[in-house]
This record gives sequence, structure tokens and C-alpha cells, in this order.
Amino acid sequence: MTKVSRRGLLLGGAVGAGAAAAGIAAGRSLVDGPEPPPEPVTVEAFHGPRQAGIATEPQAHGVFCALDLREGTDRDATARLMRLLSDDAARLTRGTAALADTEPELATSPARLTVTFGFGPGLYAAAGLASPVAALPGFAVDRLEARWSGGDLLVQICGDDALTVAHAQRMLVKDARAFASVRWTQRGFRAASGTKGTQRNILGQLDGTGNPAAGTSAFDTAVWRPDGSTTLVVRRIRAELDDWAAVDRTVREMSVGRRLDTGAPLTGLAEHDEPDFAARDELGIPVIHPSSHVRLARVGADDKRILRRPYNYDEGPSAEGKPDTGLIFASYQADVERQFTPIQRALSDADLLNKWVTPIGSAVFAVPPGCGEGGWVGEGVLG
Amino acid sequence: MKPNPRGLAAVTGLLLLAVAVLTGCGKDAAAEDAPAEKATITVTDPWAKAAEKGMSAIFGSLVNHSTTDLAVVSATAEISPLELHEVVEQDGEMIMRPKEGGFAVAAGATHVLEPGGDHIMLMDLAAPLGPGDEIAVTLTLSDGSTVAFTAVVKDFSGADESYEPGMDHS
Repeated sequence: MTKVSRRGLLLGGAVGAGAAAAGIAAGRSLVDGPEPPPEPVTVEAFHGPRQAGIATEPQAHGVFCALDLREGTDRDATARLMRLLSDDAARLTRGTAALADTEPELATSPARLTVTFGFGPGLYAAAGLASPVAALPGFAVDRLEARWSGGDLLVQICGDDALTVAHAQRMLVKDARAFASVRWTQRGFRAASGTKGTQRNILGQLDGTGNPAAGTSAFDTAVWRPDGSTTLVVRRIRAELDDWAAVDRTVREMSVGRRLDTGAPLTGLAEHDEPDFAARDELGIPVIHPSSHVRLARVGADDKRILRRPYNYDEGPSAEGKPDTGLIFASYQADVERQFTPIQRALSDADLLNKWVTPIGSAVFAVPPGCGEGGWVGEGVLG
Repeated sequence: MKPNPRGLAAVTGLLLLAVAVLTGCGKDAAAEDAPAEKATITVTDPWAKAAEKGMSAIFGSLVNHSTTDLAVVSATAEISPLELHEVVEQDGEMIMRPKEGGFAVAAGATHVLEPGGDHIMLMDLAAPLGPGDEIAVTLTLSDGSTVAFTAVVKDFSGADESYEPGMDHS
């Protein structure tokens, strides 16, 4: 019988399992196996000239929490709040517990956690400052509810682990509540982490095909101001799924202007084919309907485009089985009035899709630049 | 530097407050206050529990970078008299009392101050400690040297058992 060394067993076991176990690194020189795959990125840097959670590849889970400053939370108090929240975010995003964290074990898996702060008009007013953003004008399609609208301070928390996100939310809200009350919280989800390609929304459509790609000049032009700031519009858009279910595919695809399966424009074959709005069929009818979503949402110049970073929501069906689901439409752009508002106006006036989607919440925030190590988000505004 | 607005009412505490509560500092407290040359003990992640009045406590980690066993023997701050406390079980109850000889930190070791354990007690606040305020603290070590650090104030609902008024501190 061959004698098997304990060391050999351990090595063989580790290699056989293909695990990223600690033993592998020590033993690798002894085996002629392939290099282990690189560790997935689990930490998204909090510090930097621009806030994280915007150009960041969207994580699977997202929470948008809007706070209202309490009476008496003035500029200095808001600065103290932002120091506390920035410190919490810096620690939690790198996988360490926040100060005074009563559940430190929940902080150890950062799962690409990002925390992004936005300042609403009310925050600037409380600080005695002119606001760079204002609420959107009303649109004919709006059926806005106060419980999903407005807010002085937005905290966007995204991560690939829902428990990590929940813990971060708990910690941040706990540290905020001496200064602010919670106005609304919207929780959403996207395709699982690592899913390739454009995600689908709850209507089954590929959502985000037209986005500028992070790292391109088109993205930078659309999203960032020179100082590293941007703006965020959060719209809660209810999907009328029962009505949508009654519509056949032809009408669905006509209203979107794209194939549901591939996401290809009706004039193309692949998702990223450029839509040909001039194309007509043999009867002379435009192949892509002029009131389709893709036509109306399409703008030419990069400084007119927006970055969609939406999350689906599902609050669970009613007793009668009526769904309460839709999209937390988070849109980043350098300038709300130049970029977001014209697109929304065009959609509101004519979009065929309006029949099946209803905006029920709306909020606008300025997103200040990021901060360096030891700094805090908003220091250039409130400091 | 501006005083905490909440402290304006407490006229007697205003001067102390202006000195003790640094609201204009956004830097990392531990890094800023770490002694550059003769680093013996540093305090990492210091924080204090928010309190309107009376008592509160400061927590963090005492790290001994030297090759000598040391102890923190006393602590001072402008905003309150400080004592070094431990929490021990006595007759089946958890009580806190001043720690004999202070906080010993062996060479190269870390001594954690945390709710339910050793802590630096704020005995009598001269002004409210609000979330986000900062407290400047000076520790005196057994070798006679001092260590300064800044603790940030946070809301914390625990660590209440130690702060009941009327507790015998002798």
C-alpha cells in the first residue's frame, strides 16, 4: 500500500476542490496546476475625486433612502452629519465595522458596497446656500405621491449582498437620525452579480442599452462636471403589469422600438445596432414608430445624454394578486435641465410606453464631488 | 471653529465647549494626533457616546508600539473630569469602578476600550455631547509621557448600565 503523506493529502484535497483556500498559495509551487482565478473585486473605493456608486458597475441590490433635516439642523450640524456618515461609509465599504457598530460581523463582507450622497434643495436652504438643483417641472404622465418624492439628503447604498446593504443602511440611518428623519426608502434589485450584458427590467425589456459606457469620454461628458460633481434624479415608476400582460408582443415591441428577446432595434439584428429611424417598410410606414420609447429617448450629443442606473422594485402583490412593482429610475447627468428634463418631456408627451408605466415618485439631488482619505462628502459645500 | 449651537444656552459651559468641542475638524482623529517621533501608545478608532448631561464614556483601542510594557494612568479633557474605569461582576451584578493602576498595555499589545468593558468615563459633562462633536483628550502614561487624541461623538443606545447616577465610584 502506498504511503500517503498528510501533506500530500492536504494538497491534493485543496487542489481537487479548486478552492481559493489559504493552503493553495503555500502549496502552489509544488503543483503544476493552472493559476487560481483572480479574487473577484469586493471593495469599491469610497475615496476619490468622484463619489462611487455612479460609474461603478451596478451592484445587485440598491437602497435609496431620502432624509429630511430636522428643524435646527443648520449648516454646521449638517457638516457634522456628513462627517459621521462619510466615516461610516469609508469603513463599511472597505469591509470594516463602523465606529460604534453593534453588529461588526455584518461589515466583514463588503460585496462591492458603495454609499453615494446627494443633496436636495432643502439641504441647501437649511444651510443658507443657493441650491444648484430644483424639483422637476410637472409632467402630464406624473401621478406623484408625496411618500416617494422629495427629500433633503439622499443616501444611495448599493452592494452585491443584500445583508451587507441592510447593515450599511442600519448604520447610516442610526447615525443620521439625530439630525434628520427618514422621508422615504426605496429598495431595489437588478440581475445577480456577474450576470453578463444589459439587465432586464420587470417588464422584461433590456434596460440600459443606450447608456454611455463608464470610462469613455461620452460617459464623462454626460455625467461629470469638472469638479467631480453630478446630479441624480430618482423617479419611482410603477409598472402596470396586468395591463402589460394583455398586450401582444408586436405591440410591446412597437411601443419600445426594440425586440424583446435580443433588445435589437426593430431595424437591426443585435442589441447595440444603431436604430435607423429613417427606415420604412414596404407600405412607407416607419419601422421604428416615431412615438416609440427608443425614438423619443434617443438624443444625439453626449452632453444631452443621461446615465440610467435603475433598480427594479417589488413590494409584493396585494391580497387580490395585483402586483406592486416597477422601476426605481435613477438617472445621473451633469445638468438636470439640459439633459434629463428634455428627455422626460418628450417621453411624457408621446411615449407609447406611458400606457404601462406611471411615475409615482420624483426627487432631484445634487451629488457633490467625492472626498479624499480623512475628508468627507460635502466638505466643499458645507465646510 | 464655531461652538456647537446647542451649547449656546449653557453659558457657563461655553468657554469649555469652544475649547473642547472641535467642530471644524474633518481629519481622521487618530492619524492626526498620533505622536510622530516617540510613538509609544496611540489610540485608534476613538469615539464617545452622545449625552445631554451627566456622564458618558470614551472607547477605542490603545495600541502600544513600544518594546516596553506601559499603562495609561490618567486622562483629561476640557469638557469633563475623566476616570479610567473597568466593568466587573460583583455579587452577581455588573458594576463599574475605577481601574486600579489604569489600563495596562503590554509591549506590542492592543488594549480595547469598549462598551461593557474598560472605558474612559466622562464624569460630569460641562456641555451636551452631540453626535458628530469631537472631544480632545490627553492621556498620561506610566512613563510620564502624554498622548493626545480626538474622539468623535456618536449616538449609542448601549453601555447604559454603567452610567446610573448614584453609583458608588469609590
